[in-house]
Amino acid sequence: MTLVPTDDAAIAGTATDDAARNADAVRRRTSRPTPVLAALSTAVAALVLLPLVFLVLQARQAGWDEVRALLFRHLTLVLLRNTIELAVLVTTACVLIGVTAAWLVERTNLPGRRAWAVLLVLPFAVPDFVTGYAWSSIFPAVHGLWGATLVMTLGLYPLVYLPVAAALRGTDPAPEEVARSLGRGRIHTFVRVTVPMLRPALLGGGLVVCLTLFAEYGAFEILRFQTFTTTIFAEFQVGFNGPAASALSLALVALGLMVLATEGLLAGRGRGRFATGSRQAARVPHRHRLERWTAPALGGLVGLVALALGMPAAALSYWMVQSHATTLPGGSMLGAAAHTAVYSASAGALATILALPVALYTVRRDSRAAAVLQRTTLVVQALPGLIIALAAVFYAIHYAPWIYQTPQLLVIAYAILFYPLAFVAVRASVAQAPHRLEEVARSLGHRPASVLVRVTVPLVAPGLAAAFCLVFLTTVTELTATLVLVPTGVHTLATQFWAYQNDASYGAAAPYAVALVAIAAVPSYLIGRWFDRLPSRQGG
Amino acid sequence: MRLRRRGVAMLVLMAVVASGVAACGSVSATGASGGANDTITLYNGQHEQTTDALVKAFTAATGIKVKVRSDDETVLAQQIEQEGAASQADVFYTENSPALAELSGKGLLAPVEASTLASVPVKYDSPTGDWVGVSARVSVVVYNTNEITPAQLPTSVMDLANPKWKGKITFAPGETDFQPIVTSVARSVGDQQTLAWLEGMKANLAGHDYPDNETIVAKVNSGDVEMGLINTYYWYRLRASLGGTAMHSALAMFAPGDPGYLVNVSGAGVLKSSKHQVAAQKFLAFLTSAAGQKVMATSDSFEYPIGSGVVATDGQTPLEQLKPAPMTIADLGNGQHAVQLLQQAQLL
Repeated sequence: MTLVPTDDAAIAGTATDDAARNADAVRRRTSRPTPVLAALSTAVAALVLLPLVFLVLQARQAGWDEVRALLFRHLTLVLLRNTIELAVLVTTACVLIGVTAAWLVERTNLPGRRAWAVLLVLPFAVPDFVTGYAWSSIFPAVHGLWGATLVMTLGLYPLVYLPVAAALRGTDPAPEEVARSLGRGRIHTFVRVTVPMLRPALLGGGLVVCLTLFAEYGAFEILRFQTFTTTIFAEFQVGFNGPAASALSLALVALGLMVLATEGLLAGRGRGRFATGSRQAARVPHRHRLERWTAPALGGLVGLVALALGMPAAALSYWMVQSHATTLPGGSMLGAAAHTAVYSASAGALATILALPVALYTVRRDSRAAAVLQRTTLVVQALPGLIIALAAVFYAIHYAPWIYQTPQLLVIAYAILFYPLAFVAVRASVAQAPHRLEEVARSLGHRPASVLVRVTVPLVAPGLAAAFCLVFLTTVTELTATLVLVPTGVHTLATQFWAYQNDASYGAAAPYAVALVAIAAVPSYLIGRWFDRLPSRQGG
Repeated sequence: MRLRRRGVAMLVLMAVVASGVAACGSVSATGASGGANDTITLYNGQHEQTTDALVKAFTAATGIKVKVRSDDETVLAQQIEQEGAASQADVFYTENSPALAELSGKGLLAPVEASTLASVPVKYDSPTGDWVGVSARVSVVVYNTNEITPAQLPTSVMDLANPKWKGKITFAPGETDFQPIVTSVARSVGDQQTLAWLEGMKANLAGHDYPDNETIVAKVNSGDVEMGLINTYYWYRLRASLGGTAMHSALAMFAPGDPGYLVNVSGAGVLKSSKHQVAAQKFLAFLTSAAGQKVMATSDSFEYPIGSGVVATDGQTPLEQLKPAPMTIADLGNGQHAVQLLQQAQLL
């Protein structure tokens, strides 16, 4: 909300004079964001990149010799190979599954679309440590590279599904219809017309999947798959060696930057083709009739959801039935659920608010500086939660002791940790929103603040909603940063689950996991329903 | 109009939610500053249920409230180091001695009151008197009784590196419970042979490298793997959780004096930076008192009480009848030599 008064003041001088206002409108047509927007997005980037500064300081403290001894050994090669193989396999699988599922739900006459829109997002709400445990306890053979690929794909494909579904909702069906009317087949139209329009959503989703894998810990620990992150945790667990662990995280940063550079090249190649793909004339797109493909499509989705949701559900039920432990304090469960809900909603809101100016700035301003800004902020997604949490401890203790171990610091850390998720969702919507509408509004005499509220935010609303929900879902299941930063004495669902599981009281732990999934299901349901009503609203 | 309303609603909603947490925070902050003298903060690396039982009994006995912050003890130790003089911790309570030794080495712990130290045998206390032992834990082999007979069991931890156990054993190299065994083996046979032993153990894992002792005992009990290295109480806790009829496993000690046969100490210390020294020392005194040790003996912790003459009542071999390797707390240190060996063997 601080955006509004500042932006207002910045242009107050020009707003009085008609001629100046028109000149301003003309300048805007060349897509130049206000200096205020540039300053805001730079400030956000600086905040998000604070953990990287912390890493460098820690690595210096560890000393080059120690960092070299840890990095240049045989294990590093193994970790590098494991991490890269997994990233390629899982990202590819997530893109294929996410795009297919989104297309089926948004562009075909698939039966039960509303239910699918919710069910397909839910697997993202299942904590990684629950999914990993479910698979390894029911099918002990699921481990190593293929086990990790299976479990992570089932947990992460919603990161591709959500932005692609949002983009399919938002895109103008006209180019597809033109291609079809010119005699192009369905598949040809999909590959040559639809996929390029989805490019920002698709690349963003794939990128986030890849970076999330780098930072993943809970599932790999259980599936016995060693990556850089599991080794970083081991350094902490037994080594009392924060500086060395931080130094190893720099390797993750390097990997993340390489992935970002690749995405940059891919995105750059397609830029401009549909950059102004308009939504102002958006109509309800024509839905393809599946006909004889209905049964296979339904079967595929049922299988997907059964694996992604059924396995954790089966494991949780098994724990509840098998275990004799009945030490379940009902009151503490409600309190933990309330804390989880408030923290996660705040993190979702803050991350989304932070992402909006950066998304507007980087999409509207096609410059090298903007591109660098955007790329580097995303690298945070490749950092484990523990590292972000330790950075937050460091900065709070040294520069703002009054915020240490308050809910505010926890929420800020969450927002930094999951900022990339919010950014990617918002960016996909901003890229699709026609800038011309804002220019028209400006030329009609609306001030920037008014344009923001009346035009920009409604246009990118699906992206904002998706961003909020994504961050909310992920925050609900976050554990390692929560343990370090949560106010002393406060329990969340995740920390309670951890405490009981640590005690081998799986029966007592299971209800907390069920509550986690139930809370995370709320935004999944809302986002599904909300998308569903979107086109008719725009029509009216 | 609709578009505009939606935009306003969205921004307002986000702002309201974001500020909601601020309100939430200020409420709990005022609550915390209430009775400052009567509340201490405990950084807890022990199993939470054990700690909860002890804290409840302490508050009932003294009226002093305890705020508990739980995490892995090594993460907490590093958090305390990072916090330095600004640390909010008054007491640090851990599962194993190395995390306390680490803080002791950094000079962050205050001396423990002499009467508290005196209620526990001196071999279980900090060599420099800045933390006190609270309970003891014994390293053992857990084996699946359908797969292995007692006669087949190894008598030394060194035997576990024998190729005949390939694919049949498991241990958790990342657990703080495993480090002391490595320290002990290295002290007994030297670094060279310890490395060879670790490499043999690693080769024998053959895919059974589980993350923690809870998983190990569950996997041995279910027959996924035949045998594992754990501390005794993990097995007792699983039995308490599953019930005796679901147990298909048993515990076995190594031969007397074997380097794998260890008694480790869980302990607690007061932070030098604590602003509630008196209350914090009272907490330590309670942990080692007869009342505190009885909570330990009768709870679901299944660790050995070691103070004020209280003994375990759950049918375990009495502590004084055990014949562990002659390792002292000082020998264990903060475990960093063991970590280096584990790194060289590429287990970390």
